[in-house]
Amino acid sequence: MAGGGNIAAAPPVPRERRRGRLRERLVAGAFLLPAAILLGIWLVYPALNTVVRSFYDRSGDAFIGIDNYRTLFTSDPLLTAIRNNALWVAVVPALVTAIGLIFAVLTERIRWSVAFKVAVFMPMAISLFAAGVIWRVMYEKEPDRGALNATIGAVSDWVDPPGVLSSARASSPALAGGTGGGFALRDTVAPGGVALMGLTGIRASEVPDDARDAVRPRPEPGTVTGVVWRDFRPGGGRPGVVEAGESGLPGVTVELRRPGGARVADTRTASDGTFRFTNVADGDYRVAIGPKTFAEPFDGVNWLGQGLITPAVMMAYIWVWAGFAMVVIGAGLAAIPRDLLEAARTDGASEWQVFRKVTVPLLAPVLAVVFITMVINVLKVFDIVLSVAPASVQDDANVIALAMWRTAFGGTNDFGLGSAIAVFLFLLVIPVLALNVRRFRREQ
Amino acid sequence: MTTTEVPTLATVPPEARARAHPGVGSRIARTLTRAPIAIILAIVGVAWLIPTIGLLLTSLLVPQEIQRTGWWNAITEPGLLSLDNYREVLDNGAITSSLWTTVWISVGGTLLPILVGAMAAYAFAFLDFPFRDWLFIVVVGLLVVPIQMALIPIFSLYNDLGIFDTVLGLILFHTAFGLPFAIFLLRNFFVGIPRELLEAARIDGASEARIFVRVILPLGLPAIASLAIFQFLWTWNDLLIALTLGRETQPITVAIFSQLRQFGGNIEIIAPAAFISLVIPLAVFFAFQRYFVQGLLAGSVK
Repeated sequence: MAGGGNIAAAPPVPRERRRGRLRERLVAGAFLLPAAILLGIWLVYPALNTVVRSFYDRSGDAFIGIDNYRTLFTSDPLLTAIRNNALWVAVVPALVTAIGLIFAVLTERIRWSVAFKVAVFMPMAISLFAAGVIWRVMYEKEPDRGALNATIGAVSDWVDPPGVLSSARASSPALAGGTGGGFALRDTVAPGGVALMGLTGIRASEVPDDARDAVRPRPEPGTVTGVVWRDFRPGGGRPGVVEAGESGLPGVTVELRRPGGARVADTRTASDGTFRFTNVADGDYRVAIGPKTFAEPFDGVNWLGQGLITPAVMMAYIWVWAGFAMVVIGAGLAAIPRDLLEAARTDGASEWQVFRKVTVPLLAPVLAVVFITMVINVLKVFDIVLSVAPASVQDDANVIALAMWRTAFGGTNDFGLGSAIAVFLFLLVIPVLALNVRRFRREQ
Repeated sequence: MTTTEVPTLATVPPEARARAHPGVGSRIARTLTRAPIAIILAIVGVAWLIPTIGLLLTSLLVPQEIQRTGWWNAITEPGLLSLDNYREVLDNGAITSSLWTTVWISVGGTLLPILVGAMAAYAFAFLDFPFRDWLFIVVVGLLVVPIQMALIPIFSLYNDLGIFDTVLGLILFHTAFGLPFAIFLLRNFFVGIPRELLEAARIDGASEARIFVRVILPLGLPAIASLAIFQFLWTWNDLLIALTLGRETQPITVAIFSQLRQFGGNIEIIAPAAFISLVIPLAVFFAFQRYFVQGLLAGSVK
């Protein structure tokens, strides 16, 4: 490494100094030698070898020109990998930078910012593989076990309360309909009448906890009364008749309709299943159980299925890297002279204007570093895809680095095509390499 | 490294410093306008912790409940928790031996690149030799070479050399791929060390090796600490290299991965094993947080 080739060309120097310089070069050589050997054998030689290997077939015997590269851009699984990686580059670096910027700016305004930063930064210490395992647990499909789906289920129940029942049948021919459109009594009812609406085929687990024994209501003048109950008891019972031991169904939406179908009023059943519509004008009405009563319970978003797997992996990845962006941008923010911001505020700029017109432009170089770092990271994304995506959807979640590994080592063992994918990946990071070198030379 | 102030997560926002003594009225006003921000950040901060807590609680669920109960139920029913899964995992020879494998790889894969990298960085920072700046630019360029570029030739090479599936083979790979960053980080720190210190030692007749060990390494300790933490976390957390260049020699990540690959997924093994695997990096992170942040800021290029 410390070749002395240009000693002869150097201007004549006193013998002592020339000896000294030679010695210094030898010492430098000795200091550099271990690194040179390691980098030579493990980095430079393999990289060149991989380039050559990419023009040979899978066994390495036959030269096949650019066939491997042709395969890379024509085979479906590899195209999926390239498309997915393009999506990663388009979405993730920008999101991570934006989230990091928002966190960095906002944490300047709270007193316990250290606690917040530690919480967000902590995933950086964890392996991407373990982070993937963590999210695999979060993404579990059944809302009983997957925290994410449990949260979504709880929120959607809160925003739009679900029906109490998922399945039911009419217990007697007096009632017609189904869970899809609701049930209605065949015969019309006039004020003073009693509507008996018996249902069977209800799962015992779905009978609400507050349900009490059903009661047959009394007729009242000017009022339509009725009961919705589980027309079933151990041993059977008579259909269409309210009997002791049969449970009322609370919380059921009951509608009073004109014979034509137009809704007049609705109400909910009490804990013994009874309901009443008071002050009903004379006439004939139909009583119906609205379709809103029936709903399949939320069975969970299929995060780990074909369609959502890439966004799901991305979310886990952003969870890991947002802390990195926050800390680097936060350091950049701390270096901005406060006078500048104060001056802008004194001049009457709003917080938003200060942020848009002063903070962000001053932070631009830092934002660029974070963004570029994330682009490289995202191009090489591997472990987290392997741990979040179950084997069955890895074709759909595929990315370039994973495709390379699966082609070369994951069973196919095609070293030619694997090398071509590696070279392609390398070509993608070369612009970044050039950028790094330029930045470095400017700094010197 | 040109900054003198050691940055940490705890760096006090200058704004807070400048406004140390505001009046009571403006303080109340500011607290009121800042309340929404504080609430949002509190929610986000807790949300960020939830996945990790979820893994911890899952790993602690009693074995018969782990397949059907959500971990959050354990918060209200502590009876669901037990150490049984951990006992099981620590009795599992494959998992414990993989933990030791991880330890050896990480220790070797941290110390070796620091030593080799520091030597090279010393030459780049203090010695004069031809093409020095060009060679350093090559090192900067090597920073971004993807690991994938080396896997196939090294796989063949290791088979020929007989070091496939050995801890040594993995350590050497980690060392080589850690070197560009090591040299880059340390050289940039070393050039900030006053040359007079070296000249003085040289005049006293100290050899270069002695100066390196007695003067530069101690002075370079902050940068070496940052590097050590990074290198440790990379080697500890690696999956790709060990998966490719090992078979029986499995670090913990690979051991978990082979459990994950089995049909059905043995969550009662995977969850505690994954948690054990991340406890040590987390401890390192909390113990040396400031060096971690420092290294991150010095070299966010890799």
